[in-house]
Amino acid sequence: MNNQTTLEPSQKKSFILLRNKPFIGLLIFAVLVSFMNPRFLSASNMLNVLRQTSINAIISAGMTFVILTGGIDLSVGSILAFCGAISASLMASGQNAFLAIAVSLVIGGILGMLSGMFISYGKLQAFITTLVTMTLMRGATLVFTDGKPISIGFGDNTSLFGSIGAGNILGIPTPIYIMAVVYGVSYYVLNHTKFGRYVYAVGGNEEATKLSGINVDKVKTKVYAISGVLSALAGIVVTARLFSAQPTAGSGYELDAIAAVVLGGTSLAGGIGRITGTITGALIIGVLGNALNLLNVSSYYQLMIKALVILAAVLMDRKSKK
Amino acid sequence: MKKKILELQEMVKTFPGVKALNGANLNLYEGRVMALLGENGAGKSTLIKVMTGIYKRDSGKMTLYEEDVEFQGPRESQNAGIAIIHQELNLISNLTIAENIFLGREKTSFGKIDWKGMYSDADKLLKKLKVKHSSKELVGNLSVGEQQMIEIAKAMSQNAKIIVMDEPTDALTDKETESLFSVIRELIGENKSIVYISHRLKEIFEICDDVTIMRDGKFISEKEVKDITEDQIIESMVGRKLEDQMPRVEVEPGPVSLEVKNLKGDYVNNVSFTLHEGEILGVAGLMGSGRTELAKTIYGFYKMTSGSILIGGKKVKINSPEEGLKNKIAYVPEDRKKEGLILGLSVKENMSISSLEKFESNLKTLNKNDEKDMVDSYISRFNIKTPGMAQIIKNLSGGNQQKVAIAKALMTEPKILILDEPTRGVDVGAKKEIYDLINELKKHGMSILMISSEMVEVIGLSDRIMVMHENSVTGVFTAEDASQEKIMRCAVGLKEDNDE
Repeated sequence: MNNQTTLEPSQKKSFILLRNKPFIGLLIFAVLVSFMNPRFLSASNMLNVLRQTSINAIISAGMTFVILTGGIDLSVGSILAFCGAISASLMASGQNAFLAIAVSLVIGGILGMLSGMFISYGKLQAFITTLVTMTLMRGATLVFTDGKPISIGFGDNTSLFGSIGAGNILGIPTPIYIMAVVYGVSYYVLNHTKFGRYVYAVGGNEEATKLSGINVDKVKTKVYAISGVLSALAGIVVTARLFSAQPTAGSGYELDAIAAVVLGGTSLAGGIGRITGTITGALIIGVLGNALNLLNVSSYYQLMIKALVILAAVLMDRKSKK
Repeated sequence: MKKKILELQEMVKTFPGVKALNGANLNLYEGRVMALLGENGAGKSTLIKVMTGIYKRDSGKMTLYEEDVEFQGPRESQNAGIAIIHQELNLISNLTIAENIFLGREKTSFGKIDWKGMYSDADKLLKKLKVKHSSKELVGNLSVGEQQMIEIAKAMSQNAKIIVMDEPTDALTDKETESLFSVIRELIGENKSIVYISHRLKEIFEICDDVTIMRDGKFISEKEVKDITEDQIIESMVGRKLEDQMPRVEVEPGPVSLEVKNLKGDYVNNVSFTLHEGEILGVAGLMGSGRTELAKTIYGFYKMTSGSILIGGKKVKINSPEEGLKNKIAYVPEDRKKEGLILGLSVKENMSISSLEKFESNLKTLNKNDEKDMVDSYISRFNIKTPGMAQIIKNLSGGNQQKVAIAKALMTEPKILILDEPTRGVDVGAKKEIYDLINELKKHGMSILMISSEMVEVIGLSDRIMVMHENSVTGVFTAEDASQEKIMRCAVGLKEDNDE
């Protein structure tokens, strides 16, 4: 007896379309804007959009890991500021650029890991734990910087550091390369490693994952550590671009990152989503801001429009999932 | 003379890729219980959902009291007097019994909830159903069986004329089942009609008047229960003859593979037993007797406080399921949906999740071709019916989900396999396949600890049977020695007759 049902081709097709929905939305939007202002499509503007998007995109990659496990990380903006300040002060004191970068990344990772340990082993809620980290590290940044920007200054060591944020390779800004590498590695980890599979499993059903012999606490700790490292990386890029660290850098970035992840079709409940969706989501936010600037829309209206776009995207996504 | 009150004709319902209903019929008669039977995936639940308006039918005709109807949602069918008790209970555990019964239909006077009236009405219903709780009790404190009764109370409070029960006894103890049956008889006495879905054929003969059999979304036959035999039912359900249901395979047991000595933990009280290679040790007992907890303690999910576990004669310390697997113990949980599977992931991802190390190559990359080959081999070996390994597991029938859960455990290459209710909510055909599989494993020397609430299954399959009551072992029998009565005596805490 063989009554296996087979997937009809039509279903397969619609499924792929569904996956790329955010991307299709982005394309349609870009076409519309390019009609309204041809400058939008110019190479220099495109690179500009990508560069501006890179910071949010780097943070959003880490946020995707966290949200896929069913968690949330509100501390990304504060870790960005703190690690940016650390790297700036190391550079200002004449340290080697590689050392400054390494120290910042490690500190970002440790901060994320600590949040993760409280959440997994300590069984605290992710929202409240990362809210604590967020507030604590914002305070720590203000203490560390004394509330003033830390300027890097110009020395032999700083030109290499500065090139991370402000440099170009083959005419393309360095942050775009960094973003590309972050997404390449994230894609690889989520889709081609054991750990990536565990991330989806934990978000899909924590209890069943635990009973499958997987150390769920370890997985959860790791995703917050990843988010911390990527926040620190974003902090380094921001600092390097401005050549100084601002104590208030990264305020509100957590919301843009969450928005990018959700716009990309990842479920806040965990278990469902794609890293390719997140980069699309980040680009939607970036393109939207850029386009509204080109169209001379006031920044006050921009916020409202951004909010409505997010609402519309999430509603559309919800409807298609029903 | 039977009076037909509801008629479904030629129902068709298609989901992407699956024709769930393809000409399903169902008749309901006043004051009679209609059994709705079919393998998992035969379309019973879909038919019920189409009937109550949860799903919209593609085509077909539905007549209620000689009037054509098509409900737009569950509320409409509720108002028309159809209540449904789903397989998965829909109660809110941190509300009281009364609040649950009247949820969305709270009694009010001048906009204020009439608590007194609500509680006294609820208490009356509870009394009728012989539930020994005040209606002010939180639902979360009730056993599954009691919660089932609350669902029935809810249906009764809606004054339903037609009550659909989807596998109501699945989680009930025998005693709870008895009181459910007496309630059904009472409802029938009040001229209500009941649709009764169950996998337990014995119950059909005990409580039902008529039976409708479905297969592959189609209507197969409708008969009066008195005109049909168990074998005939099974035959028309699966469309093929079943051989002997419980073929126990005689295997010369090997050396002791697992020895548990005076195991104590939060949910286990001083349990000792041994398990041999090539042996099935059945664990019987009532719900809440600590069987699942014992299994989870051995597997490392719950902490043990004292005692020892020896594997192959060596003392081991197991603090987590991870370490359980490392010690070659695999556990297939009783609740597939909550504990056994990750419903949003694919068949492949579920099956390999415990064994991903096997497929890791350098650079920590998963070798997906190896993984696919391995999953493929299990799909064909276990005859898992799925459109493909990328199918989301939620869309598979219960029997096929269970096969995936077992395949997941076996892929870790365990020496000791703990099966917790391996055939719960599984249709007759898949059940047989799972039994064959268990026997096959036994022949190859697997040590199997099988927890089951189905007496026939425990007695028919096990070499020895261990009975638990209140977290302790109250009796151990060899297969030849065991009888339903003896096991039940131990399960309710009475001592064995020949026990000193």
